[in-house]
Amino acid sequence: MTDIAVRVEKLSKRYRIGGPQARYRTLRESLVDMAAAPARRLRRLGQPSPENETIWALKDVTFDVKKGEVVGVIGRNGAGKTTLLRILSRITEPTEGYAEIRGRVGSLLEVGTGFHPELTGRENIYLNGAILGMKRTEINIKFDEIVAFSEIEKFLDTPVKRYSSGMYVRLAFSVAAHLEPEILLVDEVLAVGDASFQRKCLGKMGDVAHEGRTVLFVSHNMAAVSGLCERAMWIDDGKIVDIGPTDAVVREYLRVPAAATGTWTNVSSFDTAGDIRLQTAAIVTESGTQAGVVGFDEDFAVEILYEVQRRIPSWSLVFRITDSSGTAIFTSWDTDSEPGRQKPLDAGVYRAICRVPGRLVRPGIYSVSLATHIPNVRIIENHEHIFHFEVSTVGYGMNPGRWGAVTPVLEWRVKRILD
Amino acid sequence: MRVTTHDEKTTMADAVIEETSTIVIRPSRGWVSLDLRDLWRYRELLYFLTWRDIKVRYKQTVFGAAWAILQPFFTMIVFSVFFGQLAKVPSDGIPYPIFAYCALLPWSYFAGALDRASNSLVGSSHLITKVYFPRLAIPISAVLAGLVDFGIAFVVLLGMMVYYGFAPTAAALTLPFFLFLAVATALAVGLWLSALNVQYRDVRYTVPFLTQFWLFATPIAYPSSLVPERWRAWYGLNPMAGVVEGFRWALLGKEPPGPLLVVSTVVVALLLIGGLYYFRRMEKTFADVV
Repeated sequence: MTDIAVRVEKLSKRYRIGGPQARYRTLRESLVDMAAAPARRLRRLGQPSPENETIWALKDVTFDVKKGEVVGVIGRNGAGKTTLLRILSRITEPTEGYAEIRGRVGSLLEVGTGFHPELTGRENIYLNGAILGMKRTEINIKFDEIVAFSEIEKFLDTPVKRYSSGMYVRLAFSVAAHLEPEILLVDEVLAVGDASFQRKCLGKMGDVAHEGRTVLFVSHNMAAVSGLCERAMWIDDGKIVDIGPTDAVVREYLRVPAAATGTWTNVSSFDTAGDIRLQTAAIVTESGTQAGVVGFDEDFAVEILYEVQRRIPSWSLVFRITDSSGTAIFTSWDTDSEPGRQKPLDAGVYRAICRVPGRLVRPGIYSVSLATHIPNVRIIENHEHIFHFEVSTVGYGMNPGRWGAVTPVLEWRVKRILD
Repeated sequence: MRVTTHDEKTTMADAVIEETSTIVIRPSRGWVSLDLRDLWRYRELLYFLTWRDIKVRYKQTVFGAAWAILQPFFTMIVFSVFFGQLAKVPSDGIPYPIFAYCALLPWSYFAGALDRASNSLVGSSHLITKVYFPRLAIPISAVLAGLVDFGIAFVVLLGMMVYYGFAPTAAALTLPFFLFLAVATALAVGLWLSALNVQYRDVRYTVPFLTQFWLFATPIAYPSSLVPERWRAWYGLNPMAGVVEGFRWALLGKEPPGPLLVVSTVVVALLLIGGLYYFRRMEKTFADVV
């Protein structure tokens, strides 16, 4: 009984959609609205919103987390993972259900919450620390450690608005990393900074996990979840699909049978802040048709349509192919080749095509992940394992004993050098 | 990098160890308790938010903290010329400039604090949607941050008192009470407006009007003695009337505000308690609506 740190019972959260946020689009609309609003508002006051205007972001979620356990939460975008953390962090109230948390809670839904651009690095450490729930004495004690971890010693007394985005993110994460609650709720905050800093962050998370703290860790990074968590929970459509040992759940999640369709359309409400929005992606074959199945010896291409809403200087489009065990086979950036480098792009809709040669990827089921990001700064959109395709054994004439993640056909040269 | 000594580790442990409390999360229904103990637990955050507001206020301005003086001072000059000199508004035998400034001082504080408090929640949406803390800390810190400006502008009043030859009397000791009343009024109204502002952005456009009307409904350019004796106590329904007359009594030796002050105090207390409960009731929807 007492070794339970987090107990969640039938937790549900209903959101209103198409509410006041969706209004005030155009001047004409808002003028019309302005005339009609007072009457409608008065009529609406106190009335519950009709059922069809609402969605259940979380429905009847029940689980327990033991003290010292590290639990990963996985699922698609919009599955309800963040809603769950927001409720457990007491940012928002559940509509129904009950949760109990035993111990000091720290939640990290974002790094750098409350950073003020006009204040110096030093001042922001204190402000951000206080916002995250640290005491001043606690920040004093950890101050040097935070600064050392962030590697920004020289700029401690510079306003953070003069920081590069990389420095900003490093400082922000450093403060967050030194929060020492008994129960930590983390939402995908490790996806910041450059690769070496990300490794450092993951290492820090590993330390936290091994110190016997209870952690609830939302992530899209299956490798991180597998490495850190002994148990994982897969949420889809606001419900728990599966909960259990990480390996089993992750494998199940990545398998997602129904969708070896080879195509994907972006229906998520990802807030792209008016930058770039991914529209569709598909696997297309030589003949130009979209296909869920590709022959082994057949060349195929990943075709991505996106809309540039505003010119932004240096961003990249990235896709990754992952096999059914969750191992990433390869990742490709559109900036790798010449036409991709012609950025910034003017507003408009673009089609990007990346050719993948045949005889490279082994027969099997693969998932595709897509992301747009400004390297080392921020992610614009991130869609993990959004659709699947199959590489069939058609044209596979190789010995099954040939091991390896890929099966490239490489060039060999043989020359007699001694008679 | 500094090596952490054993001593520090001990203090660290002290800082972390708190009561291992159990947090219960469930949907709340109707009116909820104020839970001021939770706010007290977050007093350091309140301090840091206030400190941030003060620090950031005059960054990248030419005049800096002088703005705190310029506003009431120039209003005082305009009032003195138009109301004092041209319209010959009575000032109960007190030189008009100091009569007006003594009232403009708490008024500028009040108007500024009310404006900041009303917009405080909407302006902090990035905090509200990302981290938990008692939301009351936001409007309270907005109201408290204005006190620094008040302090700066108060120095000018002291100078004027010397110039016009007003020696402080024992009544000056009551000044903190009137300042407190001004803070409480700004907070009380600010709580209502900030919570309403989350849902209805109309508030942002209402506040400038409200303060403008309120300015003329408060005895700043004129004395409350213009109001007939038998209605004067009811004038206290405007709490700022009590504050302003209190300031004049405490510093310039006017007759004490009497029943007017009692009415003002009661009104503020009711507004504040109501505001606190209303705020707490609406608090749960802030993160979803803001």
